[in-house]
Amino acid sequence: MSIEITWLSKLGAQFQRAFLEGDRWKLYLQGLGVTLELTVVALILGVILGLLVAIVRTAHDQQRLDRRQNPLLSILNVICQIYTTVIRGTPMLVQLFIWTFVLLPAERNKVLVGFIGLGVNSGAYVAEIIRGGLMSVDSGQSEAGRSLGLNYVDTMRFIVIPQAFKNILPSLGNEFITLFKDTSLVQAIGGMEMLYYAYTIGGRTFDYMPPLLGIAAMYLAIVIIFTWLQGRLERRLRQSDRR
Amino acid sequence: MIDVKNLSKSFGKHLVLDGISEHIAPGEKVVVIGPSGSGKSTFLRCLNLLELPTGGNITFDGVEITSPKTDINAVRRQMGMVFQHFNLFPNMTIRKNITLAPVRTGLMKQDEADEEAKRLLDRVGLGDRGESYPSQLSGGQKQRIAIVRALAMKPKLMLFDEPTSALDPEMVGEVLEVMKELAHEGMTMVVVTHEMGFAREVGTRVLFMDGGKILEQDEPAAFFDHPKEDRTKEFLSKVL
Repeated sequence: MSIEITWLSKLGAQFQRAFLEGDRWKLYLQGLGVTLELTVVALILGVILGLLVAIVRTAHDQQRLDRRQNPLLSILNVICQIYTTVIRGTPMLVQLFIWTFVLLPAERNKVLVGFIGLGVNSGAYVAEIIRGGLMSVDSGQSEAGRSLGLNYVDTMRFIVIPQAFKNILPSLGNEFITLFKDTSLVQAIGGMEMLYYAYTIGGRTFDYMPPLLGIAAMYLAIVIIFTWLQGRLERRLRQSDRR
Repeated sequence: MIDVKNLSKSFGKHLVLDGISEHIAPGEKVVVIGPSGSGKSTFLRCLNLLELPTGGNITFDGVEITSPKTDINAVRRQMGMVFQHFNLFPNMTIRKNITLAPVRTGLMKQDEADEEAKRLLDRVGLGDRGESYPSQLSGGQKQRIAIVRALAMKPKLMLFDEPTSALDPEMVGEVLEVMKELAHEGMTMVVVTHEMGFAREVGTRVLFMDGGKILEQDEPAAFFDHPKEDRTKEFLSKVL
């Protein structure tokens, strides 16, 4: 009985030290800010890269309706294939270390390195998501567009992409969640995001449990909120299908 | 109008079209029949280069469309195509389905295209469906709209790829009716179909394909009443 009470009373003090003492909670929020920033910037970078790669790869695969084999497109396609294969075939943490110690050893802003590392990584996954979405549209749709005399760009813009969008958006939401959690890896290269602060505070107070459980709860809460938003969006998209 | 010389097409090692030469004159209604796998759809799809021939050449109104220098989009604008599975755009209203290509290719302004769409829809008895979406229509209605969509480009030639094969039997009639009207107006048509009644009534010439070749061709009456080749007789005995 007395043991339990000591344990409980200690818990209060532990949390007091981890979150309240010296306004430490502000550091967690600061870290959360960087974490969200990393997620959003990397996702934007990933979407831009992914879109470019997906356009090259689908344009290459769909040359059939244009007859011409464009040699430039073939070269770009090979480059894109190497990019997605290498990025998806190696661990994210290894990639971050390579960016930090091999490719950008002089860069002192580790969050910036994180943007690049996460963005380039995400681009490969986003490319596959977009490509999958474009390919999920029945080939009869682009054949019909082309048979009417529309060119490739108009066919994609008015017919294929609007239909692919519904398949792409939910998967992109999942990518956002994955990316959000993966930002914690940036701690390993010295980026000052949420895990970095939790780890530092844990070291300073000689007590890792409260800060780590605290940020785990924060990650979880944000993922739950985002999953809920995503569910609502998907229901919305499905409704417009039933028109 | 269309001159096909020694056309061949293979998918990998599989030869689908084996040196076809054919001439289609303006105003003709050519009906292509044959067993499945005979290459008739591939033949049709080669005419507007939805399939790229592996050999031979095709000339349309004096333009060699198989030449890499030809602007294939400009050629396709003059050839309408109707597909077995309609291929209407589900993300657009019927009016938008019909007007998209004429407006984007600069053939008409949006308001002109809207008027033309209305006129064509009235003609096929669907004047009130302009603001509907494809998913709200029956198969027969979809196919009539697919025909209208192709006609909105004011093509010189219409290609039909088994236009009634995916329809419920009760809806076949309404689509064939539209095609008959079109034929009476003098449109040049190439139709791949299994509708022998249509071939006999509307066709000016019937081509029988088997094994990637045109085995036999004649006017419909002569073709159906006095087929010459054994393979044709065997096929007709099964389908008639």
